[in-house]
Amino acid sequence: MPHDHHDHDHDHDHDHHHHGLSPSGHPYRQDDDAPLTYWQRMEIAVRELLIEKGVTTAAEIAGQIDLMDSRSPANGAAVVARAWTDPAFKSRLLDNAGDASREMGFDIGPLHLIAVENTADTHNLIVCTLCSCYPRNLLGLPPDWYKTRAYRSRAVREPRAVLTEFGLDLPDSTTIRVHDSTADMRYIVLPARPAGTEDLTEAELAELVTRDCMIGTGLPRTPQTGATAG
Amino acid sequence: MGGDAAGPVPMEGHDFALWEKRVDALMVLCSSKGHFTVDGLRRALEDMGEDAFEKHSYYERWIAAVNQNLVEGGVYTLEELATRMDEIAARGATYGEAARG
Amino acid sequence: MVKRVRVRSLMPPGHVRAPAYLRGKTGVIERSLGAFGNPEQLAYGLPAEKKPLFRVRFTMAELWGDQAERPADTLDAEIYGHWLEEVPDHAP
Repeated sequence: MPHDHHDHDHDHDHDHHHHGLSPSGHPYRQDDDAPLTYWQRMEIAVRELLIEKGVTTAAEIAGQIDLMDSRSPANGAAVVARAWTDPAFKSRLLDNAGDASREMGFDIGPLHLIAVENTADTHNLIVCTLCSCYPRNLLGLPPDWYKTRAYRSRAVREPRAVLTEFGLDLPDSTTIRVHDSTADMRYIVLPARPAGTEDLTEAELAELVTRDCMIGTGLPRTPQTGATAG
Repeated sequence: MGGDAAGPVPMEGHDFALWEKRVDALMVLCSSKGHFTVDGLRRALEDMGEDAFEKHSYYERWIAAVNQNLVEGGVYTLEELATRMDEIAARGATYGEAARG
Repeated sequence: MVKRVRVRSLMPPGHVRAPAYLRGKTGVIERSLGAFGNPEQLAYGLPAEKKPLFRVRFTMAELWGDQAERPADTLDAEIYGHWLEEVPDHAP
């Protein structure tokens, strides 16, 4: 299986665990070398029973993990950059973001996607107060903060205070529109194209599009900061 | 919980462990095969009560909800689950040993 | 024509997709989204009727009163038709 963890191969493990951080700079959650938990036992038992009952196979589970791993904010960034450079595509995106994403070749399954556009006087912010709905089939799994009680509770009542914590201070002249994904739609923010990017290619523009700016907790990078921003 | 008072948004993140990715995969596969709906999972999550949110991690709650729906759907019985979880505990002290890969 | 609606303020136990903080609040239909299986049936493994789903826009002033950060900011949420009641335009 491509996702094998080598429980007895400690040297191998340590090669990957430099300073306890993953390549994306996040701490690894302890897994193979921590004591087995009740919930891990439940996951193993459920998975084995599902395989034995013929509901799924080990290969199908591994394939699903690979598919989810292949989805990332880069997919959304490509969609945004296309919308910035192709007015007809942008119009299709705002009409039906799911179909526009499929048109670009992204396998987003049955996702119903709505794109909401940031303009000079409007800023959009996405949250799911009821669970953790997120355009996962386009952007991959949500960041941990998106699923926290703090974000889900506060984004609908004090979005400006929340945005300040993300380093985004919007002027009072900007209207904030918060979108609570309460049912069957998922949302993605179409950020405004940064000034001074007239000469950039679509691929260069995509580099400016961060995950957070597609949730609304950030703005795209500007070309000046693009080279150094994490 | 929309609108409830809460502290600052915690910004730290983590990369998902293998067992968490497997929970996610089981959730997607079983729902796409019609063994439960996303609504059924949400209902099970809500029925755990507010304090489950404090006591258990995200994927701990999700495997509990997946299991609840599969038992309700008759895919396996609680006796089968409990017997298997007991066997797994005897395999080793870590996830790697108990999951056999 | 702007259609004003109020989210019904019922509080049954169990799984409902109309968030509690929106119940009893008045907003306008932003757009119709089509018909989707009723989550109140899907959640319990029952055959689900298709129910119309709407995106409803509320002002922060309506939701939080004096506590709103900026009263004209808005919140959009998806609400099923059976959780909405029409509000006449001339209503007090």
